[in-house]
Amino acid sequence: MSMNTQGRPTGVGTVGTSASGSALIPDEPLLFEIGDTEHSGVDLPEVDLGNNRLGGFARKSKLDLAGLTEPEAMRHYVRLSRLNHSIDSGMYPLGSCTMKHNPRLNEKMARLPGFSDIHPLQPVSTVQGALEMMNQLSHWLMTLTNTAAVALSPKAGAHGELLGMMAIKAAQEAKGEAHRTIVLVPESAHGTNPATAAFLGYTVKPVPARDDGTVDVEAVKAALSPEVAAIMLTNPNTCGLFEPQVIEIAQAVHDAGAFFYCDGANFNAIMGVVRPGDLGIDAMHINLHKTFSTPHGGGGPGAGPVVLSEALSPFAPVPFVRQGSAGLEMVEHIEGEALGRVTAFHGQMGMYVRALTYMLSHGADGLAQAAQDAVLNANYIKARLEHLFSVPFPDYPTMHEALFDDSFLKETGVTTLDFAKALIDEGFHPMTMYFPLVVHGAMLIEPTESESKQTLDRFCDVMAELATEAKAGNSERFTAAPMKAPRRRLDETRAARQPILRWERPADLPKAAE
Amino acid sequence: MRYLPHSDHERADMLGVIGATDIDALFSAVPKAALKNFTLDLPAHSPEFLVEAHMRALAGKNHAAGDGPFFVGAGAYRHHIPATVDHLIQRSEWLTAYTPYQPEISQGTLQMLFEFQTQVAKITGMDVANASLYDGSTGTAEAVLMARRLTRRNKIVLSGGLHPHYRDVVKAYLKDDPNLVCLSPSPEGQGDILDHIDGDTAAIVIQTPDFYGHLRDLKGAADAAHAQGALLIVVITEVVSLGLLEAPGALGADIVVAEGQGIGNALNFGGPYLGLMATRKEFIRQMPGRLCGETVDADGNRGFVLTLSTREQHIRREKATSNICTNSGLCALAFSIHMALLGEAGFVRLARLNHANAVHLADALAAVPGVTVLNSTFFNEMTIRTGQPAAELIERLAQRGILAGVPASRLLPEDPEVENLIILAATELTTTADIAALCAALTEELA
Amino acid sequence: MTTKFTPDHEYIRVDGSTGIVGITNYAQEQLGDIVFVELPSVGKVLKKGDEAAVVESVKAASEIYAPVSGEVVEVNSLLTNEPGLVNSDPENGGWMFKIAIKDAGEIDTLLDADGYAELTL
Repeated sequence: MSMNTQGRPTGVGTVGTSASGSALIPDEPLLFEIGDTEHSGVDLPEVDLGNNRLGGFARKSKLDLAGLTEPEAMRHYVRLSRLNHSIDSGMYPLGSCTMKHNPRLNEKMARLPGFSDIHPLQPVSTVQGALEMMNQLSHWLMTLTNTAAVALSPKAGAHGELLGMMAIKAAQEAKGEAHRTIVLVPESAHGTNPATAAFLGYTVKPVPARDDGTVDVEAVKAALSPEVAAIMLTNPNTCGLFEPQVIEIAQAVHDAGAFFYCDGANFNAIMGVVRPGDLGIDAMHINLHKTFSTPHGGGGPGAGPVVLSEALSPFAPVPFVRQGSAGLEMVEHIEGEALGRVTAFHGQMGMYVRALTYMLSHGADGLAQAAQDAVLNANYIKARLEHLFSVPFPDYPTMHEALFDDSFLKETGVTTLDFAKALIDEGFHPMTMYFPLVVHGAMLIEPTESESKQTLDRFCDVMAELATEAKAGNSERFTAAPMKAPRRRLDETRAARQPILRWERPADLPKAAE
Repeated sequence: MRYLPHSDHERADMLGVIGATDIDALFSAVPKAALKNFTLDLPAHSPEFLVEAHMRALAGKNHAAGDGPFFVGAGAYRHHIPATVDHLIQRSEWLTAYTPYQPEISQGTLQMLFEFQTQVAKITGMDVANASLYDGSTGTAEAVLMARRLTRRNKIVLSGGLHPHYRDVVKAYLKDDPNLVCLSPSPEGQGDILDHIDGDTAAIVIQTPDFYGHLRDLKGAADAAHAQGALLIVVITEVVSLGLLEAPGALGADIVVAEGQGIGNALNFGGPYLGLMATRKEFIRQMPGRLCGETVDADGNRGFVLTLSTREQHIRREKATSNICTNSGLCALAFSIHMALLGEAGFVRLARLNHANAVHLADALAAVPGVTVLNSTFFNEMTIRTGQPAAELIERLAQRGILAGVPASRLLPEDPEVENLIILAATELTTTADIAALCAALTEELA
Repeated sequence: MTTKFTPDHEYIRVDGSTGIVGITNYAQEQLGDIVFVELPSVGKVLKKGDEAAVVESVKAASEIYAPVSGEVVEVNSLLTNEPGLVNSDPENGGWMFKIAIKDAGEIDTLLDADGYAELTL
């Protein structure tokens, strides 16, 4: 068997005592336990459907959908919200997630009726301002990356990866090179990279990392062959390091007739400071919800525009905006080699507005300063903690993330997971754990540029204190953690063995409407 | 710069702690030729009021749906969103939280997802639903791939009534796949999909109401598919229709995909939207996307976690069911709040109101000389034929301030049959005055 | 009956021309709580080393490879509802599938109990 023991361990930890909920954060029942089918928070007139056109397809089955009046709904969702950690309420140092401040001007602009209340299929003559906005965003993205084209429509990073790799596949087919069936992916890559390559029918060939955490151009050269279609390389990489040989790697990949897909998840470290186009990339997605601060919203929506090199630009998908004789045009159909359409409409317009607002606020100088502050913050954390924690790759300055492994916890009886859960009791969201997979018990910390020196100092003090405690053998503080969160550790095994994925009415709870 | 907390003094102090001479020392791994060797053709930072003025000027060049009579649908629908919804989703704890990977401090998001999954399962009449996908179109492509995994067959048949952009997304996902059969557009009503089902068919894909507004017979399609061991994938682009039309699950659907935008989410020029997916219990391990499940914590209290994650890319990598990671969390929240505010009583009344307004619209259009309404059945959307090319007619009506619908030719430029067809939707926001204005303008344009 | 092992932590208990396949106690300890087992279909023909089944813990999915070539003749359907048997009783109640051994010679290439024990020290 493939002994895959990597990844996040589970288990509920040591049992201690703590009450469920607290005075200001009470437990909240489920919507279906509060509401019923007669309560409603909207007032709508009852209409006569004597003259209906439903042709016998009217609903006969019961909906059994609980409703809430407005005050009930307000309380339900406000109470639920208080069970969440958020970037507004505390530091969120999740490596590779770029949890930065979300300016509220962006929200206000996205809600202007001229952006939010326009339909993707209304006449193009009535949405010239929207098209101009998309053009301006495209200009910023192409300028910051020094690339020839951008496809805005992907809905998130993984969707952008898919589109970028589709474009690479289409370009190779156009060159008569459909026999290229291998994609090189470094072992440290994010899971979406191999998933995307496999989705398109490619065979994934891992490229080992060097002991210093970076990719060796010689290893890439050894893996290249006439069957290789592309390399998918994250830069800065998932260990938080800038790939020092990235230009040589790009050259080698191009010499072998393959393309360089760059995973731009970590663009925040270099925006305005390094242009990926100067490094030789052919395609790169940009997570607007990371780098350009569109809010994560508890798991989306994101947006993943893909910048493309000259060689790939003919293979961009529809739709895209172009200057026509009577104003801006939306090109929605093209013949030929292009790969078609990856989503129903024009992509994440609401995210474009937020991202462009963010860019205009920062300007070119502010974006570069933000990238440099993000890198400064990560190096500051590393410098303050490296005497207590173990740094797997000490050879280079880190970029926007500080990476530690779990060797400092050896013999303490405390795991990376325990350590992270203890951080919750100190008011911090844990760092990313057990990723990248190439580092044992990894802890990946990304402070972003949004954290003040004061917050960073407090975070480092807490981290240092916890490390000292762990080494001193006070393991219960860790194995029983969290004690102060709305919930203790949850039984994930039980959830997966007998999945309960929806609420079912208990036998003893009659329907209110009947 | 107002978003960056450090003063220059603090930056200098921090560099001192790091032991770096300047910030460039931290970028020493970057090849010299690539580090700050350019001037960017971009403006410098700007105060909030100037940025706002810039964005307002762009927004002001657009004709918003609320500016006049509006009948545009075809996959995105303008419904009223209660003020409560937008207030709640802007709360910090919802807006600025990440994916709930640390369940102890994410119970709000997780419980909401559990409630959302339950709501979606109930309205579609299916056993289980996931925690959302990007939108209806990508959800349709994911459903097609899921059906292939479930049946280990390859042939997929797309109904001619499927939204042409959804068809195009499936085509892009299954690039050049000879096992993908796309039937011709069928603006006149029922297609002939049943003749294309055979023993190699993994699934048939039927949209109802279809792209032209016709209601489709799901029961007959389900029976025909199941007789050959194939699955029925039902696509719904107007989720409000489920308040009035029979649930696909009650008619034999195996996978239901819907665009959830119509509940709680604005038009937003096409995104962000909300992909809903629901299926039978026995199929969950082949379902893409996140799932939230109920469990208990170490003290025995009820709690929720993301579960069955081994299907997903962060664990299964190249063997994952999909590469999807970020989904539509905040849109799912907006949907769930709006649906909770509606409840059964409100959801049904909303759907009835939509249908009543559409009946009024259809009858008024049928009375306009030169207009033929093609639908004998519909929910809130219908197709008309006139004697003129639709694209130009729509443009002339727009110049009169009326956004009168979607010319079918915009989505099907290769098909001369649809050149004179317009697809129009009515919702609860459509007024009698809107309909009168449209019919008066149409009468003049067609005279 | 003899039990043989692969370096990848599968065992095969040989009973005449049939082998019973599962994962070792060492493997289940490393994986943690098993939450799902994807079994092969009866009648599936496998070559030695083919992917035959998948075991999932909360944190990982691991492929089970066929220790020898042959045809799957029976699967342990109890695991569908009780995947925890792989943890509690891996080498008896937690077996996964029975295989009709095609080439008895392949058995000899596998590890015996001592050889496997050495591997997992």
